[in-house]
Amino acid sequence: MEKTVREIIKETSRDHIKKNNSLIFGQCLSAVGWVGGTVPELTEKEGLIELSMADVANGGIVAGAGLSNRRPIYVIRYQGFNWFNASIILNYACKSKEIWNVPCPIFIRGIAMEGSIGPVAGSSQHSIYFKMPGIKIISPMTPNEYLIAYKDFMKNDDVMYVSEHRGSYSNTKELNDHLDDNLDLILFPISITRFEAQKAKIELEKEGYKIGIANILWIKPFLIKKEWEKAVIKSKFGGVVLDDDYTDGVASNLAYQLIKRTKKNFEVMGLKDRSAGFSKTTDNLPPSKEEIIKKCKEIIDKKGKL
Amino acid sequence: MNEKIFRLKTFEKASYCRHFEEEVIKNLKLKNINIPTYVSAGQEFIAASMATICEDLKIKPLIFGQHRCHSIYISFGGDKVKLIDELLGRKTGCTKGMGGSASIASKEINMFGHDGLMGSNGPIGVGACFATNHPTIVFLGDAAAEEDYVLGGLGWASTKNIPLITVVEDNNLSILTEKKVRRNWEMSDVAKSFKMQGYNIDDDPIDLLKYSEIFFKKPCLLNVNTNRIFWHAGAGKDSDDTFDRYEEEKKRLGEDALAIDKKIKEEIKNLWKKQLEK
Ligand SMILES: Cc1ncc(C[n+]2csc(CCOP(=O)(O)OP(=O)(O)O)c2C)c(N)n1
Repeated sequence: MEKTVREIIKETSRDHIKKNNSLIFGQCLSAVGWVGGTVPELTEKEGLIELSMADVANGGIVAGAGLSNRRPIYVIRYQGFNWFNASIILNYACKSKEIWNVPCPIFIRGIAMEGSIGPVAGSSQHSIYFKMPGIKIISPMTPNEYLIAYKDFMKNDDVMYVSEHRGSYSNTKELNDHLDDNLDLILFPISITRFEAQKAKIELEKEGYKIGIANILWIKPFLIKKEWEKAVIKSKFGGVVLDDDYTDGVASNLAYQLIKRTKKNFEVMGLKDRSAGFSKTTDNLPPSKEEIIKKCKEIIDKKGKL
Repeated sequence: MNEKIFRLKTFEKASYCRHFEEEVIKNLKLKNINIPTYVSAGQEFIAASMATICEDLKIKPLIFGQHRCHSIYISFGGDKVKLIDELLGRKTGCTKGMGGSASIASKEINMFGHDGLMGSNGPIGVGACFATNHPTIVFLGDAAAEEDYVLGGLGWASTKNIPLITVVEDNNLSILTEKKVRRNWEMSDVAKSFKMQGYNIDDDPIDLLKYSEIFFKKPCLLNVNTNRIFWHAGAGKDSDDTFDRYEEEKKRLGEDALAIDKKIKEEIKNLWKKQLEK
C-alpha cells in the first residue's frame, strides 16, 4: 500500500533519532494526536524532548542543540509561532557556519493549517525565513518530496525550514508538472495551493483554456527549471504564483525572479492583506479552486481580447 | 587548591587580559582599530577565575560569551595573536575578520561566537549543554540577563538538570543605564525561584573558588558584581575612581604579582608591536 505523507514523516523521524542519536524538540508533542500523527511515540529518554512555553528561548535551545551536530528536528505546531521561534534560529543557527565555520544543522518542521483558527495559527509563514541568508526552504506535499527534503538535510549541514501543511498529511500521490509548448497560462503553486491548482486546471481545460502547472517544491534556493522557463516563454500570458502565505513575501519575490528570467507577465495570489478571524466569514484562506479559475480567466480573457 | 596559588594563577590570566586591553585602548586611540570594541578591563577576574577553576577541575567547558568577551577568550587560552588580527580586521583573525571584537569564537577552546543580540547566548548555551551533556558556561551581562529568552532558557535548564553554569558579569550598567533603574530584582533570586542554586557575589577570585564545589553538577547561577573601567564601547572612561580589582590583587599579592605584571606587560606589548608591523 502507498504510504501517506503523515506515515513518511513519522517513520523518517523515528529512523532519524535512532540512527543518528538525534533529538526531536517541540511543545506538547505527546498531546492528543502526536502532532497529526507525524511524531513517533517515544519517550524523552529516547529523544523526544518537550520544551516549555518559552517560544523565543526554545528557538535558541534548538540552535544550541544544532551546534552539537546531533541534527535536531524542531516541530513548530503552527507556522505563526515562528514570529517568536525564528529569531535566534535565523540570527544564530543560520549564520553560524558563515561567521564561525561552525555548522548548525536543524530540520525545522513548520506546520500550516487553516480555517477558523484566528490571526496567528493559520497558514504558512515561510516568508519570515525567506529574506535571511543561511537557510533552505522547502515545502513538500508528497511522500517522495518529503524524502527529498530529508535526504538533502542529511547530505548537507544547513538549517532547513520545511514548510508543511496538514492538508497534505493524508496524501499518497506524487504531483507532477504539466507543461507543454502552447499554454495560455502556467500556475506556479506552493504548499497546499498545489492541490487546488490541479483542480482548477481540470475545470479550466473543460472550458477550453490551456493551463500548465509547475510545482514549486524548493522555495529557497529557488531554481527555475529549464522546462519551466521554456514553457513560460512559449505561453501566451505568463504565469501566476500561488501561495499559502501573504503575497508580499515569497510569492512576489519568486514572481519577480520568474519575470526577470522569462520577460513574461506574472501575477501572484495568496492570503489577502488582512488578519484572519475565528469564523468562516472572517477566515483568510489560500486561493481556492474557484478563485484561481476566476483569476486565470481574468488574465486570459482580458489580455486575449487586446 | 591552595588559596595563594589560586590567586596567583588567576592573577596571571587576568594580567594577560589587562595588558591586552591596555594595548587595545592604545590602538583604538591611534585608530589602528576601527571597529566597535568592547573592552573588558576591570571585569577580567571573573573569566580568569572561572578558567583557573576549570583547569584545576580538568574540564574544558563549552563557552558562550557575549560582546564583551576578550577576557573570556584570553583566560581560557584563546590565541592572542589571532585576536589581535581579528581586531585589526585581518583574514588571519580568530574569526577571519567576521567576528570583530563582539563576535569572536575559537574551536580550540570550545568558545562559540555571539550574534550581537544580547542574551541569545543564554538559551543557545542551554541547548548545547543539553544536547551534549558537556559542562557549559554561559557568560551574560547584567542587562542581557534581563532578556525574556534568557529567563525561559534558565527555567528549562533547571528543569532538565544540566551541567550548566550561568555567570552574570554584573557591572551594574546597560550602556549607561544603571540596574536600579531597570529592575528591582536580582538574578540570583531569579535562579533560586527557578529552583537552581543562585548566588550574588563579588569578583574576588576566592569568592568564585568557594562555589567551585557545585560547578557542573547541577545548573547554577553566579551573579558576580564587578566594574567596567572603560566606556561601553571604545577607549574613554566614565570615571577615574572606578574600583579596580586588578590593582587590588596586585597589592595583595605583592612582589610575585609585580613580577608577573611586568613580564606579561612586556610580552603583550611585543606581541602587538609585531602584529602591527606586519
Ligand atoms: C537584543 C538586543 N537588544 C539591545 C541591544 C543593544 N545593546 C548592546 S550592548 C547593550 C548593553 C548590554 O549590557 P550588559 O548585558 O550588561 O553587558 P555589558 O555591556 O555591561 O558588558 C545593549 C542594550 C542588543 N545588542 N541586542
